[in-house]
Amino acid sequence: MRKNRHLPPREKAIQLALTVATWSSVLALAAVFGELLLGALPALSSISIIDFFTGTVWNPSHPIYPLYGILPLFVGTMMVSFGAALIAIPVGLGCSIWLAELASPRVKAIFKPAIEILAGIPSVIFGFFALVILSEWIAVVFEPVTKLNALNGAIMLAVMMIPIMVTVAEDAMNAVPMSLREASLALGATRWETVRHVVIPASLSGVVAAVVLAFGRAVGETMTVLMATGNATALHFDLLRSVQTMTAAIAIDFGEVEFGSEHYHVLFLVGLVLFVMTFLINFLADWVTRRFKEDY
Amino acid sequence: MTIAIRTDDLHVYFDKNHALKGVSMDIEMNQVTAVIGPSGCGKSTFIRCINRMNDLIPGCTVKGKVLVDGMDINDDDVDVVDVRRRIGMVFQKPNPFPKSIYENVAYGPRLHGVVETGNGKGRRRKHTKRELDEIVEHSLRRAALWDEVKDRMDKSGTSLSGGQQQRLCIARTLAVDPEIILFDEPCSALDPIATAKIEDLLVDLKKDYTVVIVTHNMQQAARISDRTAFFYLGDLIEMGDTKQIFERPQKEFTEQYITGRMG
Repeated sequence: MRKNRHLPPREKAIQLALTVATWSSVLALAAVFGELLLGALPALSSISIIDFFTGTVWNPSHPIYPLYGILPLFVGTMMVSFGAALIAIPVGLGCSIWLAELASPRVKAIFKPAIEILAGIPSVIFGFFALVILSEWIAVVFEPVTKLNALNGAIMLAVMMIPIMVTVAEDAMNAVPMSLREASLALGATRWETVRHVVIPASLSGVVAAVVLAFGRAVGETMTVLMATGNATALHFDLLRSVQTMTAAIAIDFGEVEFGSEHYHVLFLVGLVLFVMTFLINFLADWVTRRFKEDY
Repeated sequence: MTIAIRTDDLHVYFDKNHALKGVSMDIEMNQVTAVIGPSGCGKSTFIRCINRMNDLIPGCTVKGKVLVDGMDINDDDVDVVDVRRRIGMVFQKPNPFPKSIYENVAYGPRLHGVVETGNGKGRRRKHTKRELDEIVEHSLRRAALWDEVKDRMDKSGTSLSGGQQQRLCIARTLAVDPEIILFDEPCSALDPIATAKIEDLLVDLKKDYTVVIVTHNMQQAARISDRTAFFYLGDLIEMGDTKQIFERPQKEFTEQYITGRMG
């Protein structure tokens, strides 16, 4: 791009302000990552990185033999977020298809904003709901080992994922030109055949991005899971038992950990793992979006 | 001559807007029938009644009869999917699917399968790969596109030029073997050379199909159609042999439009 050297000062000032705004957000991200890295480094010298990734016990507060195995937390995070995704993907996609293809304009004008508002509810409210109400329902239906458990967190997270998915996926489906639907219908396709063979393939990049984005949100969600899942750190794969996620471990432990201790630095390491995970998920979403792009 | 389509007192309303005001028309089999008239006269609305595409528009009501083979396609018992399979449509702007050229043409046949009539009842099965290949090749040849695309069947339909895209859309329509093909201003987005190709194709297609074309290009109607219908403000003003309509129009409105004093 060639620069115009005769810009008036006002234009120059605006350009400068915009550049500063962009750089400051990039720098903030870099600073967070740097801080995580610096905080985590001392941990790497005092504990074995292999033990950290393969250890099955997370018991950092033991006075003599603290154990920092991330697996129970990692498995807890995965159980809760995959469980949430399993519920949220069919419901969210069904909801997006309904809104984009079946709902009348008037109904859509009410439902879409309503679902989007759901995305703006503070996560502590969802956590509160899970803690007080949802856990009681689950207790009645599944008779779980512990009242606060992975399933409780997963269902609540699913409710939080759906609005994000619907917002993004419905926009993608809406962007598919009406003319393509007409072409399909005029060939004698049914409405569902048109959705399946034309609308979904043409909006696939957006739909996948919606799923991955929502999943990233689920992995990083803290307050809701902290309140919903009971925070027991034993390693198991039972949805009806209590788990602690990586995010909840950081949030809870930081309140009482001694500044500069081994435990303190290990928590940074957990945060670093979480950061890398969500980064990879977002990267994946970006890749998928470009890979499956059907140009229309 | 046999009547392929007969409309009887056909009215269309978009909410309160009365877009088509009682059109009764006979369209003959194996002819090209052109529908002309100024913008907003209801000509597109009219042909979209013939394959019930107006069903898709919120707030649209259709009253009156559209008889195809003596059967009213607006009847509640009629399966709209079947109507649209038998009555194909090519749109104003070429709208190939963002799929390969092959998949564009194979789309309809894949949906419908083959109906086999053995011991009295029809059974539906999928096409074999070979049958599908044949349908695709035959349809592309019929749409005069085969030679241009035969070496790049796996390229996206959207990578073709505008005129080629429109012929691909025609091939896609032919692949489901309709009886009637409706063209809604098929050349309005095309250059003169591409337009000429489509026009030749339309004239050729009438041997096997009944063709109805909406056009705002009067020369086009004069060149390719056997009969012409002139619409104005939702009314069918006049219909007759194309030669008669253009040389000796009976109504004053028609004459004004054709001589360019209106519209």
